Amino acid sequence: MTAVLALIALATIGTAAAAMTRRSLLHSVLLLTGSWVGVAAFYLWAGAEFAAFAQVLIYVGAISMALLFAVLLTRRSREDFAPGPASRGRALYAILAGAALAGVLLAAIARGSLAVAPSPVPTVTVRQLGGQLMGPHAASLLVVGVLLTVALIGAVVLAAGTGPGKPGDAP
Amino acid sequence: MSPLQLCVAFSSVLFAVGLTGALARSNSILVLLGIELMLNAANLNFIAFWRYSPAPSPATGVIFVIFAIAVAAAETAVGLALVISIYRHQRNIRLQEATRLKG
Repeated sequence: MTAVLALIALATIGTAAAAMTRRSLLHSVLLLTGSWVGVAAFYLWAGAEFAAFAQVLIYVGAISMALLFAVLLTRRSREDFAPGPASRGRALYAILAGAALAGVLLAAIARGSLAVAPSPVPTVTVRQLGGQLMGPHAASLLVVGVLLTVALIGAVVLAAGTGPGKPGDAP
Repeated sequence: MSPLQLCVAFSSVLFAVGLTGALARSNSILVLLGIELMLNAANLNFIAFWRYSPAPSPATGVIFVIFAIAVAAAETAVGLALVISIYRHQRNIRLQEATRLKG
């Protein structure tokens, strides 16, 4: 059980770290899609099947496609494919910040009181989830629906707006 | 190391990787990818604590994750639209050169 979790964690973190260090944006997006598959595998491991399916549908299916479209739409030529690297000092400081955060969090986890006894996997059916979403969480569901609608309309307006760019120069 | 500690350590390291990527790269799409990774790490925590805690309601963690995924999807859509809009104005998606908000 724990070995499977460790395997999922290693695969997810490995693909995510590889995605963050690739020079090619396309490789980054594809590797990060693999990392999202790893997160979905973790949800399946933990017994949250519905969350795993939502993760696969939304992240692996939709968001990765949107990201690929954005990558392909915003490159000027084939040579422009690999983005210029950030400065060495900036990368160093970023790695320092990430390592410091990971160190603080891991130290807190190691000495915290998280050592709970192993418990049976909680089961939640889609029927229960639907009842919860339509009952106690109905207001939040509506708010999220409004948020999604507004955000998508805003995205269309932003992306399709007529700026000073010539209309025919889309890549 | 208990499984819950392993889960939370997993999500912490994933968060740190996302933070490093978001800080180190100057390409705005990659910064967006780092933010997505951090959001995913937070979702991992929800599921981990839902799995190992005696919650009164059996669906709480999953509902949290569903809402978080919906909000993250909206954020990505707006972010990518902004990237495309910046590209149209500046012909470039480097963050250092996106210093003007006026269209």
